[in-house]
Amino acid sequence: MNAKTILTTLFVLCATPLGAQGFAGLGQAAEAYALPDPETRFTFPEDHGAHPEFRIEWWYVTANLTGEDGATYGVQWTLFRNALRPGGAPGDQVWMGHAGLATPQGHLFAERFARGGTGQAGVAPAPFAAWIDEWNMTGPDLNTITLTAQGASFRYDLDLAADRPFVPQGADGYSVKSAEGQASHYYSQPFYQVTGTLTFPDREVRVSGQGWLDREWSSQPLAGDQTGWDWISLHLESGEKLMGFQLRDTKGGTYTTGTWITANGTPEPLGTDALRLDEVATTEIGNRSLPTTWDVTLPAKGLEARITVTYPDSWMGTRIPYWEGPVAVTGSHKGVGYLEMSGY
Amino acid sequence: MNRAALAALLSHWRRRPFQLVTLILGLSLATALWSGVQAINAEARKSYGAAADVLGGGGLAELVRRDGGAISQADFVALRRAGWQVSPVIDGWIRGEAGRVRLLGVDPFTLPEGGSAGALAAGDMTGLLDGALFAHPSTAARLAEATAIDSLAPGIALADLDTAGTLLQTNGFTRLLISDTQPLTRPDLAEIAPDLRIETPETAEDLGRLTDSFHLNLTAFGLLSFAVGLFIVNGAVGLAFEQRRPVFRTLRALGLTAPRLVTFLVLELLLFALLAGILGILLGYLIAATLLPDVAATLRGLYGASVEGQLTLAPAWWLSGLAIACAGTALAAGGGLWRVARMTPLAPARPRAWAMASLNAFRWQLGAAAGCFLIAGAGWGIGGLLGGFTLLGGLLLAAALALPATLAAILSLAARSARAPLSEWFWADTRQQLPGLSLALMALLLALAANIGVGTMVSSFRATFTGWLDQRLVSELYVTLEDEADIPAFTAFMADKSEALLPIWEIEAEVLGAPAEIYGVADHPIYAENWPLLSAHPDTWARMARGEGLLINEQLARREALHPGDTLPLPGGFSMEINGIYSDYGNPIGQVVLPLDVLVARYDGIDRRDFGVLTGDRDLAALRTALIRDYGLPEENLIDQAALKSFSLSIFERTFAVTGALNILTLGVAGLAILTSLLTLAAMRLPQLAPLWALGLTRKDLARIELLRALILAALTFALALPLGLALAWVLLAVINVEAFGWRLPMFLFPGQWLWLFVLSLAAAALAALWPAWQMRRRPPADLIRVFTHER
Repeated sequence: MNAKTILTTLFVLCATPLGAQGFAGLGQAAEAYALPDPETRFTFPEDHGAHPEFRIEWWYVTANLTGEDGATYGVQWTLFRNALRPGGAPGDQVWMGHAGLATPQGHLFAERFARGGTGQAGVAPAPFAAWIDEWNMTGPDLNTITLTAQGASFRYDLDLAADRPFVPQGADGYSVKSAEGQASHYYSQPFYQVTGTLTFPDREVRVSGQGWLDREWSSQPLAGDQTGWDWISLHLESGEKLMGFQLRDTKGGTYTTGTWITANGTPEPLGTDALRLDEVATTEIGNRSLPTTWDVTLPAKGLEARITVTYPDSWMGTRIPYWEGPVAVTGSHKGVGYLEMSGY
Repeated sequence: MNRAALAALLSHWRRRPFQLVTLILGLSLATALWSGVQAINAEARKSYGAAADVLGGGGLAELVRRDGGAISQADFVALRRAGWQVSPVIDGWIRGEAGRVRLLGVDPFTLPEGGSAGALAAGDMTGLLDGALFAHPSTAARLAEATAIDSLAPGIALADLDTAGTLLQTNGFTRLLISDTQPLTRPDLAEIAPDLRIETPETAEDLGRLTDSFHLNLTAFGLLSFAVGLFIVNGAVGLAFEQRRPVFRTLRALGLTAPRLVTFLVLELLLFALLAGILGILLGYLIAATLLPDVAATLRGLYGASVEGQLTLAPAWWLSGLAIACAGTALAAGGGLWRVARMTPLAPARPRAWAMASLNAFRWQLGAAAGCFLIAGAGWGIGGLLGGFTLLGGLLLAAALALPATLAAILSLAARSARAPLSEWFWADTRQQLPGLSLALMALLLALAANIGVGTMVSSFRATFTGWLDQRLVSELYVTLEDEADIPAFTAFMADKSEALLPIWEIEAEVLGAPAEIYGVADHPIYAENWPLLSAHPDTWARMARGEGLLINEQLARREALHPGDTLPLPGGFSMEINGIYSDYGNPIGQVVLPLDVLVARYDGIDRRDFGVLTGDRDLAALRTALIRDYGLPEENLIDQAALKSFSLSIFERTFAVTGALNILTLGVAGLAILTSLLTLAAMRLPQLAPLWALGLTRKDLARIELLRALILAALTFALALPLGLALAWVLLAVINVEAFGWRLPMFLFPGQWLWLFVLSLAAAALAALWPAWQMRRRPPADLIRVFTHER
């Protein structure tokens, strides 16, 4: 997920199109960086930490929460790492944090940037800590973490705990992104139980719900003609989880795949034709038109569900803008989840 | 009727093109000087604003260390990790190919939006991270390695933090910008970084205040020129109205109503005002474009303010130029229009009654003069820069207003001592002409006083500056090495070729919250012999030799009210006692002189490449040759005392070139004012001169008398302008200089200049009177006879 986002970030920070020499890295393809390898298997806790030999990487948490006030809230906490140059030197890393809080009163968000090698941002695998400025994801281990972030008018302090193992996505963690074979290393923790507090200038709200972590790193995750990305992570009432994404290309085609995760955490990777994501209705958000209702079809599991975004205004107006917010699932399966849409 | 009336009115200008030229010229000159000065001021202010935006991150508050030292990266990270949204800045100076350039190192990742980074396109960020230097095109031209970016403020180069740290050889940060947007919760500063304090940043106003006196100077000159220009317009319009009285009468008799006549005249004047306004704006642009490079050089040299010598003009400026032209015309023509409106159709259109009425005017003016004098006194009482200028303005205005009455009194005295009938008539007639000439004479008085005052100030400054340079430049030769690594070789090379090598090593730093230069001084008796101190310990130089205490310049001492014996906190967290205070003309910023050993021991990043060489009685030329040929130093790295002196003086001259140019323009305008006034009077005076001619005086005699009168009035005005000018000089030197620059200068008198100015003002008056006198001489006797036939 979010490959488009991170690439756009690189473009904005560097503002040189692919192939330009101004910014070392992008134009020289991924040669000088490490490339994802289908033979690689995760080793924890080491792989919870950074992989600076790869170009890009993220620690991505979303949570579907319900407040004591009965309202639905959505939380996003993301730390991105971009390498400016191959070689993995700490000073060549750029860190970017995004925090989002979807509320009935509106979408709140903040972003942070940091130069690597100073201590302003970083990740340590054990005991686990990921941080940028005062935003923290820390715990004794990645299954037991506290998550904090804040902006000018919001703050959240959450405790996340999971009792099942991490779930490799794709083929044992090797997640293919296009027919040409672009790929990433990708694992998730979709089983967090979340409790905590949301703080607003005038009030505090106790919340609880479910959380989802994505860990992904790569050096060239998108094919050149892929323009955007729709990604879902669904917590179904049956205890099962579904991760799915489709990459849209310039010719109107899509590359759609995902993983079905059983209630005990066993991943079942989906083939490229197994999952369908169809736009049903769009909403004008700012000057953009975004699909806010989707039909998700997975015949192999008898899944014919409709997902509807909870707050259409969940727009991340960060330097690289995208849509990210909670959704409700209805139809053959019920549940909640998160949707990300980029490139609109 | 309307068309006929308008044609009749306008035909006047066709018959008298010279008058039209005078009118347009006066008005355009006035507008030109005014709008030219405004353009210069606006350009400079704009530069300050842009510079302050970059320097201070666009009006953001900042964190600095309490002791003025560098902020560590650890402090920065601790603050960020506590939630403080701050962004580090490294601020220093680098040597460009042509002078120093201020270098700002910024962190593109944390820089608050809207500050200097806002000026950078996202694409430029890459360049920053790749180690590029960015600067405004005019500044980039001074730095070989810089990339030109239009949106940056002039005079500043921007780089990434790492690049700047390397170039300036520093690890720490000068300050941390505090973003306007802070998160919901964060701890107090004292819990995170107790060594830091919050400071409101250097703003455009701060730099503006520093340079206020300079701009006020210019504005005052612009206003003065404008006022003087208005005298011309007043003269020209008055003349045109006077000469057209018969036409007015005829038109009124034919049935044209007074309001309509006035409307036509207003339309006519509006047309001229717009025409002259446009012309004036073009001229003003030329003046501004010509003077701006000098002004920019002055501001850079004197105040360290970055103003590039390029002019860009806002539409508001054009409009204000036109508006001021129209307003000026209205002011100058108001009296004339009033009289036309009140004129009865059959009134005898002659000026005697006007002259009588002005006795009252004199009394009224004297009262106003007294008022202005009181305001001046109040300004003196208030103190400060504003008070100084109030004193100045009040004094000038009071003197100008009192001028007609004073001249009238002098002329009365002269008339009393006159015996011969002709001389009695001469004095009485001169007095009668005073009201018509008084405005022009006021203009002359102001122009002369400004000339004397500013001239005295500049010359006093110059004399002091030259004397100070002579004392201060002790070394015969000044050398800049290519690299600090050359020092041992250079010292060895010079061992038998010089009496002593005096290191001139310095760093830039902040002292008491403001930028300052810190120099090191070696222990050598020549300093004690040659360096005049304003106030000092008796054993200053002995203490300096022992490495105890320091010297500061007058500016720093005045700004912070420091005296010998006080303790001065220095960057790096230590303090030393002040041993003495020295004068440091022309330097806007504070300076501290430490014993060389202390400087070297306390600071990193000292520029050690400059040396002064004492040659004793050795051959300077031979040493130069040896350094260039045998040691291999580029010639441009050597400068001898004489060259340095002339360079310093050239900066000085350039600083006051603008003042000189405006001085001459003002005097020229005053001359023109006299000319137009005399022309007006000449036409009105025919009925008064005709009887004299009838009594036997030739036209030649009358012309000579006219010329003599102009000379006498100019001489009297000069005599009155002299004390006024000296008072002006005193206010400039003893009040305004101290407030604006932080130093007081002794006043020297330059009678040679006065003589020259006296001759100049007589020449201007004579030149102005020559044309009317010549007209008198060539006037057909029939004109004079006609006066009697027309007698009303």
